[in-house]
Amino acid sequence: MIGIMNLNRRHLLTAASGLAATATLAACGSNKGDLGGSTSATTGSTGSSGGAKPVLNQWYHEYGEPGVKEAVQKYAADYADASVKVTWNPGDYGKKLGSALLTKDAPDVFEVEQGGTLDMIQQGQIADLTDIVKPVESQFNPAVMKRFQFNGKYHSIPQVVDMQLLYYRKSVLEKAGVQPPKTFAELTAAANKVATGDMGGFFAGNDGGVGVLGTLFIWASGLDQFDEARTKATFTQQQFYDALTAYRDFSKTKGLLQSASKEWYDGSPIANGETAMQWGGLWSMPDIQKALGDDFGVLPFPAIGAKGRVAVPFGAFGACVNAKGKNVEAAKKFVSWLWIDQEDKQVEFADAFGTHIPSKTALVQKASKLKEGPGADAAKFVSENGFTNDIMWTGPLGDAFGAAVTNVIKKNADPAQEFKKVETLAAAELKRVKG
Amino acid sequence: MSPATPSAEPATPKASWWRVFRGHQGRNLWYIGFFLPFLVGLVTFVYIPMVWSTYLSFFDARNTIQPTRFVGLDNYRYLLNDQMFRNSLGVFVVFALLIVPLTYVCSLGLALLLQGAKWGQAFFRSVFFLPTAVSYVIAAMVWRLSLFNGARFGMANSILRQLGGENINWLGGTTWWYWPVVISLRLWLQVGFYMILLIAGLNRIPQDTYEAAALDGATGWRTLRYITLPQLRTSTVAVMMLLLIGAFQAFDEFYNLFGSIGSYPPYARPPLVHMYLISLGGTQQDLGLGGAATVIITTIIVLFGLGQNWLLGRSERKERG
Repeated sequence: MIGIMNLNRRHLLTAASGLAATATLAACGSNKGDLGGSTSATTGSTGSSGGAKPVLNQWYHEYGEPGVKEAVQKYAADYADASVKVTWNPGDYGKKLGSALLTKDAPDVFEVEQGGTLDMIQQGQIADLTDIVKPVESQFNPAVMKRFQFNGKYHSIPQVVDMQLLYYRKSVLEKAGVQPPKTFAELTAAANKVATGDMGGFFAGNDGGVGVLGTLFIWASGLDQFDEARTKATFTQQQFYDALTAYRDFSKTKGLLQSASKEWYDGSPIANGETAMQWGGLWSMPDIQKALGDDFGVLPFPAIGAKGRVAVPFGAFGACVNAKGKNVEAAKKFVSWLWIDQEDKQVEFADAFGTHIPSKTALVQKASKLKEGPGADAAKFVSENGFTNDIMWTGPLGDAFGAAVTNVIKKNADPAQEFKKVETLAAAELKRVKG
Repeated sequence: MSPATPSAEPATPKASWWRVFRGHQGRNLWYIGFFLPFLVGLVTFVYIPMVWSTYLSFFDARNTIQPTRFVGLDNYRYLLNDQMFRNSLGVFVVFALLIVPLTYVCSLGLALLLQGAKWGQAFFRSVFFLPTAVSYVIAAMVWRLSLFNGARFGMANSILRQLGGENINWLGGTTWWYWPVVISLRLWLQVGFYMILLIAGLNRIPQDTYEAAALDGATGWRTLRYITLPQLRTSTVAVMMLLLIGAFQAFDEFYNLFGSIGSYPPYARPPLVHMYLISLGGTQQDLGLGGAATVIITTIIVLFGLGQNWLLGRSERKERG
């Protein structure tokens, strides 16, 4: 999710122009492609090597860490059976890719968060990769593979895994005589015990944590977003409402730090000593390690209520193949080579530049940052306690859910009443997206 | 020149249509030459997308611009039943009611002050105009991270504490404190621009009107009320209209003040932000829903414009008797 982080931080910066540009480009771009016939990509491909090797265009979003771009260019150059051209896409990658996929200039191979959206699958934009992924599915992180599968098919190969987790200051908790919290009740007690005028107890964003923690209240209270057949929301129950009101009560105590110098996705608040515990991303671990040395530990989000369970959200970029591309078979061979066969490259990609978890379970041990200590703990959390949004958790639904959570926690709204609307919307959305 | 007698100069019929088409001294050709490139751009980048997005609004158009599933008015029905969409219109009304008069009064105040300044006019005009050059996004970042940061080291909070107050979580949404943040941001950014427009308007008022008024004994407020404001009417109408449209288009500062990774709070959400979130938020591309929202918002803006025109026209008619 460092990818997600970078994308979105930049996303914040480019939102304005992005909005206008996408709307227009989406319409015009494809328009031009359809009417104009031949595109620049085709002319480029015939020029190079007499048409012997197919040319593949591969897109990445901009990874923030130095060295990643050079590495993926090297991977592309190492591939013998096609000449692969890497395009690095700074800015709003999701929007750019979405627009490009409507045109004939779309890349052959590209990465997508969580292995492709429902719309991409339904519109036939990404190729079915089941035949290459299915035989090796047991090698990959099970939580990730569960998410990547849709109706028994895979449309993507996981590249790396990122996650969010709870950081805590060992020395501060020890001094106050509290254990690292395993349940939400322990978390609130610990946060209130360690909070002073200068150091907050727990921090999860300048919105009081409602934005990033929202769906965690579902998983940590022991529930899921939908039923197995995806016909209705299954979290609209008392134990979820109790989790929300528990957090609401907590947010009225001094234990929850409401504001800090940076957002939750930056390690600075805990590194600067603004808070004793912070909800953050795995990508912040190097910064926190640099500032605090050994004086920190990591935990999953604690279980809330009697039926609760610990939980961490994860995200994974997956490699997809453009189903409408010119060289679908060659592209499939290439992604299979890079993201299934080339394990050294996979380890390097995950470990050498930033802190990500390799998507194959066996490779986690080879990642230097995940061998021991907090890194090893984090990698374990994903496999055992990893959750992520369902593929049918649509934008409007997520938005309405977030609004309801905010209304309950910040405006003291009644949860049962607030989520009645979300429940109705969920049923309608599920029906709508199934078409 | 045109009613040339046919007997005196028998023009060849072939050339005549061309001559008519060219116009006098090729005027029509010049007209076309200058106008056509603009027209092509306008049609390609404005009208076709507009018509296309209206077309898309009647379809289930997710991740496609050549949709096949016709859904009639479903997208419109969805939006009009969407509580948050209706709330966002409320946010716009509050925002417009606050920012439009406030900007107008401040811009006019600055314009009048500068007009009366004995020295340094050009310098202060530039100083007040400078914020216009700042991007909304960057200003929003400064407001969010440093001026109105909710933590104790935010500038506003530091000052508050010096004065013996408590820290305020400005953008947190539990209180209404986010309004001063949003309003002050936009005011700072746009006041200089409208000041320039009003200065231009003020300069057009003939000096002798003021002299005549002075002879009749009008000074200070009376001059402002009976000479300046009525003479400034056309500029006022234009400025108000621009301010209102600007308020409706509010996106950047809201999005960058309140947005977080993959989420935006339900409060402080103007129409464009909401529309963006539900149609293009995250990785989705629901162009049908987006198209429908565009049509609804455009309709509202047009109605607002017509209403304002009618109101101003009525008051003008009244004045004339």
